Amino acid sequence: MSSTVDSRARAAAPEKGRSKTHLSDRARSERKLGWLLAGPAFVIMLLVTLYPIVQALWDSLFSFRLTAPGDKEFVFLGNYATVFSDPVFWQDLGVTMLITVVTVLVELVLGLALALVMHSAIKATRGLLRTAILVPYGIITVVSAFAWFYAFDITTGYVNNWLSWLPVIGPDFNWFASAGPSLTVIMASEIWKTTPFISLLLLSGLAQVPGELTEAARVDGASSWQRLTRVVLPNMKAAIMVAVVFRALDAFRIFDNIFIMTQGQYGTETLSLLAYRTSIGRLEIGLGSAISVILFICVMIIALVAIKVFKVDLTGGSGKGK
Amino acid sequence: MKSTHHSRRAGTPRAVRSVAAVAAASALLLTGCSGGESGPPTLTWYINPDDGGQAVIAQDCSEASGGKYTIQTSLLPRDASSQREQLARRLAAGDSSMDIMSLAPPFVPELAEPGFLAKPPQDVVSATTQDTLEGPLKGATWNGELVAVPFWANTQLLWYRESVAKAAGLDMSQPVTWDQIIKAAQSQDKHLGVQGIRGESMSVWVNGLVESGGGHIVTDGEKGQDAQVNLDSEQGRKAAEIIGTIGKDGLGGPGLATQDENASMIQFQGDKGSFMVNWPFIYSASQSAVKEGSLDQSVVDDIKWTTWPRVNADTPSAPPLGGINLGVGASSQHQDLAWDAVQCIVSSEHQAQYFATNGNPPSSAKAFDDPEVKKAYPMSDTIRKSLDAARPRPQTPYYNEISTAIQQNWTPPGDVTEDTPRETTEFIKEVLKGDALL
Repeated sequence: MSSTVDSRARAAAPEKGRSKTHLSDRARSERKLGWLLAGPAFVIMLLVTLYPIVQALWDSLFSFRLTAPGDKEFVFLGNYATVFSDPVFWQDLGVTMLITVVTVLVELVLGLALALVMHSAIKATRGLLRTAILVPYGIITVVSAFAWFYAFDITTGYVNNWLSWLPVIGPDFNWFASAGPSLTVIMASEIWKTTPFISLLLLSGLAQVPGELTEAARVDGASSWQRLTRVVLPNMKAAIMVAVVFRALDAFRIFDNIFIMTQGQYGTETLSLLAYRTSIGRLEIGLGSAISVILFICVMIIALVAIKVFKVDLTGGSGKGK
Repeated sequence: MKSTHHSRRAGTPRAVRSVAAVAAASALLLTGCSGGESGPPTLTWYINPDDGGQAVIAQDCSEASGGKYTIQTSLLPRDASSQREQLARRLAAGDSSMDIMSLAPPFVPELAEPGFLAKPPQDVVSATTQDTLEGPLKGATWNGELVAVPFWANTQLLWYRESVAKAAGLDMSQPVTWDQIIKAAQSQDKHLGVQGIRGESMSVWVNGLVESGGGHIVTDGEKGQDAQVNLDSEQGRKAAEIIGTIGKDGLGGPGLATQDENASMIQFQGDKGSFMVNWPFIYSASQSAVKEGSLDQSVVDDIKWTTWPRVNADTPSAPPLGGINLGVGASSQHQDLAWDAVQCIVSSEHQAQYFATNGNPPSSAKAFDDPEVKKAYPMSDTIRKSLDAARPRPQTPYYNEISTAIQQNWTPPGDVTEDTPRETTEFIKEVLKGDALL
């Protein structure tokens, strides 16, 4: 993004200089009004986001337990050393990355398929189809997590009955007793819940592909697969990347589904859960803040990598493809 | 408009006027908030969820105070760990509304150690602990001093299906051991009702086994991070053997790894039910299930009870201890009134009433003699006997760390081996030193 912004800024620089001298009274008052209207929200946003970040950074430098306020001690980067040297952190990071990669990839494929269905549906059914596809996204994550949990739970669930034709699954199969099956259910619920979001984003990208291009390809004898991979997808790259960035950032911070279904037991814990358990459960504010800061840095890295490497302009909506 | 014009003439900058307006509005709001203090003081009682019994007692005691105070209840989260989190955060922040708190015994030391709890006055201690059973009294004590007042006490019993015990040839009039019930379940092809989920119930089970074997998971709990961890002991290894056997042999049923108290009760009520260690709530829950039509009366008729199983045939068991103690916040502005209210709440009449209506056993010996209690809970004598022998979980400000470390190492039960006690001990030591994440 910054390269796009930089080039724009450079291009706009001479104009800016000129416009400054020739700014009309109306333009000046409009600019002032703009600041007056947006200013308070900007300041509040800065306060509610910046303050906790700085506070967490500061707290992460201390050994500080909420129920032992007298023992607070400055340890500088000691908490970070503890976190990075602990296998629990690396295992949780691995689980977080696995969930992020698998869910985003599957959601992308399914989302594209749904977007294509919505795009090519006849007008009469379009509204109904879009509503039907969006229903899971409208459900609160905690509610959907409970629904999936009760469906798969060995005591209350009915899924074992449905899948009893599979060799490993019988009435006594406990989905939440080990990492593999638990993560499968967690990821399936995540995919079910958020694929509509991706499909909506992709649909908007699909709508921006000029009809003449696909038409010309059809005239040239391109098959539907070729039209999709050679014409449609390259032209909606920006939309795809925006969808990937948003979902990857979201998936990396996954919390609700795991908290409800397994509470992180049996190898299903992610970084968000570890941060929660350390700060809120153990009341170890220093150590928990260090994990939160690391999580924040991971999310920043994902965002920066996506923006730099894939050159996505989140503000413009029409990024430059590679 | 007039006033604006006037202000302009007076030359007051707009920003100053805005600030003044905000300040005036805030002052009005604050005045509004403090307006509620005009009547008798309102004491806030943070309660754990129940069937409404604490709210009824709060109302009784408000009326009995003769207008000295009104008790208002405020609901805490459902599980004990979440209750602890909320209480600890509020207490650490110096919340002055923490007048009375319903506290789970294992978390009392953690809140007492930093001085978050007000010390009960001597007259309150004398008045409220005259006939308190030994187990609950231990659970409310820290560093040799009573820091909270026992309200109700809980303990686990061994519940069994009479038909299964008979078929297995067990004489249930005599104390039975874990080995005996394991063999009985094996011989009858039944499941044992135990809690194998990664949760507090696992710590309850491990502690019960270690204490029943004559050991203690932690000694010198008052030393905090330097406490002595004794899981790597004969008692710890015996506990691992029992839990590991039940897990590996599939005796806990297919859902053992995720089974909590409620799930084990449902399994116990089913065709595979045989023996179960669980809290007394299962009796009223089973009766409710019959009323709702989801359980046959013959199942309830088949359910009997005795004290927790022994680990060694010649040593009495030390059953798990639960319940609720009442603490008063050190930042409360109405401490004297709060202790008055506590005395009223924990009266033996209220404890008996609470047991009869909500199923939570009293900590007072006298309350067990109440005819209503005996009528509603035919096993009340066994509960009382069990409470006398019950032992609290490790008393240390770091109980949460110790409990979580046990839960992580002892679940799923099928993975518990003879090495588990040693590994857990090393892990707990590292966590307490701050060298490891949990």
